[in-house]
Amino acid sequence: MIYLDNSATTKPYAEVLDTYRTVSEQFFANPSSLHSLGGKSEQLLTRSREQAAALLGVEPGEIVFTSGGTEGNNLAIKGAAFAYRKRGKHLITTAIEHASAGGAFTQLESLGFDVTYLPVDRDGRVSFEQFKQAYRDDTILVSLMHVNNEVGTVQPVKEIAAFLSDKPKTVFHVDHVQGFSKVPLQLAESGIDLCTISGHKFHGPKGTGLLYVRQGTVLSPLFAGGGQEQQRRSGTENLPGICGMVKALRITREHQNEGICHLQKLQNQLFEGLRNIDGAVIHTPVEHSAPSIVNVALRGVKSEVLVHALEKDEIYVSTKSACSSKENKASAVLTAMGISDEEAEQTIRISLAYETTEQDIAVFLKKLAERVGQLKIVMR
Amino acid sequence: MIYDYLVVRFGEITLKGKNKKQFVVKLENDVRDKLRKFASLEIKRHFDDLEIKLNHETADDVLAVLKKVFGIQNIWPAIKVGTDIEAIREGVLRIANQEKSAETFKIAARRKDKRYPIHGSELNQDLGGTVLKHCDWLHVDVHDPDLRIRVDVGYHETHIYGKEVQGAGGLPVGASGKVMLLLSGGIDSPVAAYLVAKRGAIVEAVHFQSPPYTSDRAKQKVIDLAKKLREYGGKFVLHLVPFTEAQVAIRDAVPEDYRITIMRRLMFRIAEKQAAQRGALALATGESLGQVASQTLESMNTINAVTNLPILRPLITMDKIDIAKIAKEIDTYEISIRPYEDCCTIFLPKAPRTRPDRNHAARFEQKLDVDALVREAVDGIETIVIDEDAQEDVLSQLL
Repeated sequence: MIYLDNSATTKPYAEVLDTYRTVSEQFFANPSSLHSLGGKSEQLLTRSREQAAALLGVEPGEIVFTSGGTEGNNLAIKGAAFAYRKRGKHLITTAIEHASAGGAFTQLESLGFDVTYLPVDRDGRVSFEQFKQAYRDDTILVSLMHVNNEVGTVQPVKEIAAFLSDKPKTVFHVDHVQGFSKVPLQLAESGIDLCTISGHKFHGPKGTGLLYVRQGTVLSPLFAGGGQEQQRRSGTENLPGICGMVKALRITREHQNEGICHLQKLQNQLFEGLRNIDGAVIHTPVEHSAPSIVNVALRGVKSEVLVHALEKDEIYVSTKSACSSKENKASAVLTAMGISDEEAEQTIRISLAYETTEQDIAVFLKKLAERVGQLKIVMR
Repeated sequence: MIYDYLVVRFGEITLKGKNKKQFVVKLENDVRDKLRKFASLEIKRHFDDLEIKLNHETADDVLAVLKKVFGIQNIWPAIKVGTDIEAIREGVLRIANQEKSAETFKIAARRKDKRYPIHGSELNQDLGGTVLKHCDWLHVDVHDPDLRIRVDVGYHETHIYGKEVQGAGGLPVGASGKVMLLLSGGIDSPVAAYLVAKRGAIVEAVHFQSPPYTSDRAKQKVIDLAKKLREYGGKFVLHLVPFTEAQVAIRDAVPEDYRITIMRRLMFRIAEKQAAQRGALALATGESLGQVASQTLESMNTINAVTNLPILRPLITMDKIDIAKIAKEIDTYEISIRPYEDCCTIFLPKAPRTRPDRNHAARFEQKLDVDALVREAVDGIETIVIDEDAQEDVLSQLL
């Protein structure tokens, strides 16, 4: 099996599953229970938070454990908009956000907020100049993804963070779900107030994630309840999931430096190989892109058909974001980049993990060329 | 990282006379011990400082550890270049470029080799001009600069020092012997432990627990505090004293308003016994004059009467707000405010006596078998040694 859909989700590390099981069995008590069994769970939760904070270079009090990227984005965007609504009603985001962020903004618009959606260029990148023009005195929230989930384009997060660092009235949220472990991002003292990370994108369990909330940033909670997670996210803590994610975080961090170099190599190998396939149009820019994603159109072949053809070779790629691939519409990201509907329908996404090998890519390229050749004849 | 090495300057110990060597060696050992995890460092001791060659380690990581070693006054990150003026200019720029947050700077250049063709003042002008030309965010301020770049031109090489980093000050831990501290879990006593350790004492602590009135969480809280304090001392020995029986006996036999006074007198007796066993020559507490009923002069007078040991009270004249400030600096504050009951908050009288009297206290104690209560408490002590290896426990294996 060659699994090249790592931006949709990753396979959990074996060590992560061990932890998940052990914690489920031995630390099943509720961390809020007074008895000593609850105390043990609470201690493990505290330790998990400390370790996550240390690995991310932030304070333990700045970590809110969530159920994943969708919750993190919703909590950050709606939580900040509601908390600061008296300061202003203007929000800035981009036209190419993940559905969980884009959907939150649609909801906020219907509640009377004024949202500016920044356009992107041919590479899928927002322009810093346009952002500055959109910025207003009453802008209370800026939210954008660090790495685009379909094309892999890296947004000018650092420039915007620097610009906003002396504007305390504007909260800055970064959706780092695809960027984490692929494109390093400093959180502390960076101008970033909120940052969403999802556990299953780096070999953690599903249903886990964390939101970095810079000290002093106020969020209006989405869930009312027992006041867990410093009053920000009520609900009994998913301790096995949290521990599993923190373990995945540690393992990933330990391999990050060589991992990114390795991804870079694989991506170059893909770029090279794809250029030799007739009709391949690469959408992922060479500059300002994450090394983990390659988005490519294969002219003359419908992507859905290609996905199914490749699965016969036990090769798994995807058409677009898994969260929107069941809708029968061209990818909003590619449309925003000015790519025609026809070309968008011929586009696949190849996404890599540290454990993907050069051999995997070589086999994939060979099979892809074969399948594209066959399908072109059939479909003509 | 741009720096090649760190120069560690000693604090007060350089004022010592014949004993100086002893202190310096102690400090050097502490530094080596704390930096053990950085394998490629080279540490060399000079007459007045330690030179730490970074090789491939990151200066910030090493600095973070050094900032917690008592006895260090300050640390200078530095680079070494040749004596060629071009190389010196380039070195100065490397440092200036690193300090983006500074707005003003000053060059302090001198030549050890008086045959060097460029005089000190000319060097200052030359290097200052170079920085001004290349770093547009920096202005000259010779009186109170944000960044002072020191340049020492030697015979064969030039040392250029970047921004000075404040050390923890104080004396090397262990230079002053051992102290037994009464650690409650509140905000004050960990700060007292820190300050006593800073003056060179090895601090061990007694903590009184009264299960089931106090919980495992309260115990964990004290262990977590000890872990923080360990970062300064190297290891931390914690004695957990079973105190339920004594507290129940006091509750049953002593008038309500004297319970705290008698309880404190028992604690001091127990701490004194444990101090004797562990070779500690003084007790220490986090008391601050007048803060609570047991910390009035009358209370201290009455409580002190049970021991002859010196009692160090580093917080005695400090305001609560200043104590909390230090607690935040040393990272114990967040742990201390966890809300679990400790032994001082159970059986708490509604109106404790603020002006107790020695004679009354002694009379009330006649109803108790003080010696037996103290003996049983001391015999039941559980001692935990908290050092780096102890952290490799079940929990960290899961994570």
